[in-house]
Amino acid sequence: MFFEELLADDGRVEPRDEMPDAYRRLLVRQIAQHAHSEIIGMQPEGNWISRAPSLRRKAILMAKVQDEAGHGLYLYAAAETLGVDREDLLDQLHTGRQKYSSIFNYPTLTWADVGAIGWLVDGAAIVNQVPLCRCSYGPYGRAMVRVCKEESFHQRQGFEILHTLSHGTPAQQAMAQDAVDRYWWPALMMFGPPDADSPHSAQSMAWGIKRFSNDELRQRFIDMTVPQSEALGLSLPDPDLRWNEERGHYDSGAIDFTELTEVVSGRGPCNAQRMAHRVKAHEDGAWVREAASAYAAKQAAREGAA
Amino acid sequence: MTTPPSSSPPPLRSSGEQLVGDPDRHVAGLFEYVLGLADDALVSAQRTGWWISRAPQLEEDVALANIGLDQLGQARALLAHAGAVEGAGRTEDDLAYLRDEREFRNVWLVERQQRDFGVAMARLLVLSAWQAELYAALARSTDPALAAVAGKAVKEVAYHLDHAGHWVLRLGDGTEESHRRMQAAVDAEWPYVEELFTPVDPTLVASGVAVDPAALRPAVLHAVGSVVRRATLTVPEVAPARGGGRQGLHTEELGYLLAEMQHLHRSHPGATW
Repeated sequence: MFFEELLADDGRVEPRDEMPDAYRRLLVRQIAQHAHSEIIGMQPEGNWISRAPSLRRKAILMAKVQDEAGHGLYLYAAAETLGVDREDLLDQLHTGRQKYSSIFNYPTLTWADVGAIGWLVDGAAIVNQVPLCRCSYGPYGRAMVRVCKEESFHQRQGFEILHTLSHGTPAQQAMAQDAVDRYWWPALMMFGPPDADSPHSAQSMAWGIKRFSNDELRQRFIDMTVPQSEALGLSLPDPDLRWNEERGHYDSGAIDFTELTEVVSGRGPCNAQRMAHRVKAHEDGAWVREAASAYAAKQAAREGAA
Repeated sequence: MTTPPSSSPPPLRSSGEQLVGDPDRHVAGLFEYVLGLADDALVSAQRTGWWISRAPQLEEDVALANIGLDQLGQARALLAHAGAVEGAGRTEDDLAYLRDEREFRNVWLVERQQRDFGVAMARLLVLSAWQAELYAALARSTDPALAAVAGKAVKEVAYHLDHAGHWVLRLGDGTEESHRRMQAAVDAEWPYVEELFTPVDPTLVASGVAVDPAALRPAVLHAVGSVVRRATLTVPEVAPARGGGRQGLHTEELGYLLAEMQHLHRSHPGATW
């Protein structure tokens, strides 16, 4: 079968190629969830656009949230190559049938949270997404190449925000440390449940969508982030974190996955707020989208008549 | 810097002495003028930024972020120039974050909430039609810094005008509901058009630094009016709002906008970000 040969050869599946229905469904689910995460992710950072503490930071933040909208657009477009449409995917988001990354259900309480999201959340997203650039499905892999380039820029900006704060006044240092304390564990949970409890992983790896296990990626993130925290002069809230010479990796404390389950089940601090914001924006814009379609239809009729 | 002309011919010999007084007045006038343009852009950026994550569709989140970023960029360049003109060492952030309501010089058009997409587009149409004429003229200002900012901004606001114009057309000539809402939005914004043409320091106009706002009125009204009519909407006949933003007399809404924008910066005096 063409599909199997392509995968065995590490080739790319393209939209017109034959593919098993289950492969298509898994990709739609994953790409849609990724797209939804981008657009819900606009909210926690958008929360600080009006209050950014300098005009330079305000401009950088506006550009970043704009990039997230752009990522949402490429990802919905990638999903559409699989025969679904954006309206339908948005409807599934708005009715809770599709999910988005749980990390965006945490609030941004201070300006330092904008830095922590850039450094930790975008940092974790990069570790998750770099292997997706080689995903077996061509349009998704190509979208990820663009997304990853911008994410690494965002991660540096987040690091820079925290660096400025941690080298600033005592109040700024405390703000930075508090943000890292609150975002560290949720960032580690972005890699998903431990391998033993990750039901979709094996199939996803067999199909060349996922390339590394949740725990491997989480370890990679920890190993990358600990030295960066030292450069920032900020501590990570895990007393068991230490270098293990033998393994060549950092050891870390146990993650409380009941927290992840709670947030995934809709009981995180901001689940209801994020959904309400998204649904309201969509509903408030309905008259505008209807008008745009009506106008386009009138224009087409006028051109037809001319 | 050009010596401003006065009604009586300037004395030939004592021009040096006269300049001692005039530059101060010129500086103060230019500072106020540049600040007015900067504050229009800054306050607009603040209102436009509200839309990011709340637009009717994702493409519009991207477009409005783009427009807000342009406005913020114009504000930063103009505030930096205002600070340099004043010569007291105030930076863009000092001017943005450490002035109170009465020191802001923006017009009323830009400072009120705009949480209806029709209102946002009606306002952007008026603002960008005004800024397109203004910046095109200021690109030839005898103040080189102002000319440079205007030369860049003129291209940006041409896009804003095009974007707002397209939406006003679609909404005006879309559905019955959108027609009604777009007309209501145009009606709501129209009283704030006239304040754009508030006279500025005539010596700045005479020296070619500033543009006489009244000279832009026909072109601005024509640009806005022609879009409104093509959108099957009616140009309202309403009395202008009181205005006074150029003298620091604002609506009550500006105070809340500034409170939100400035609180973090002011909570940490002297900190760097």
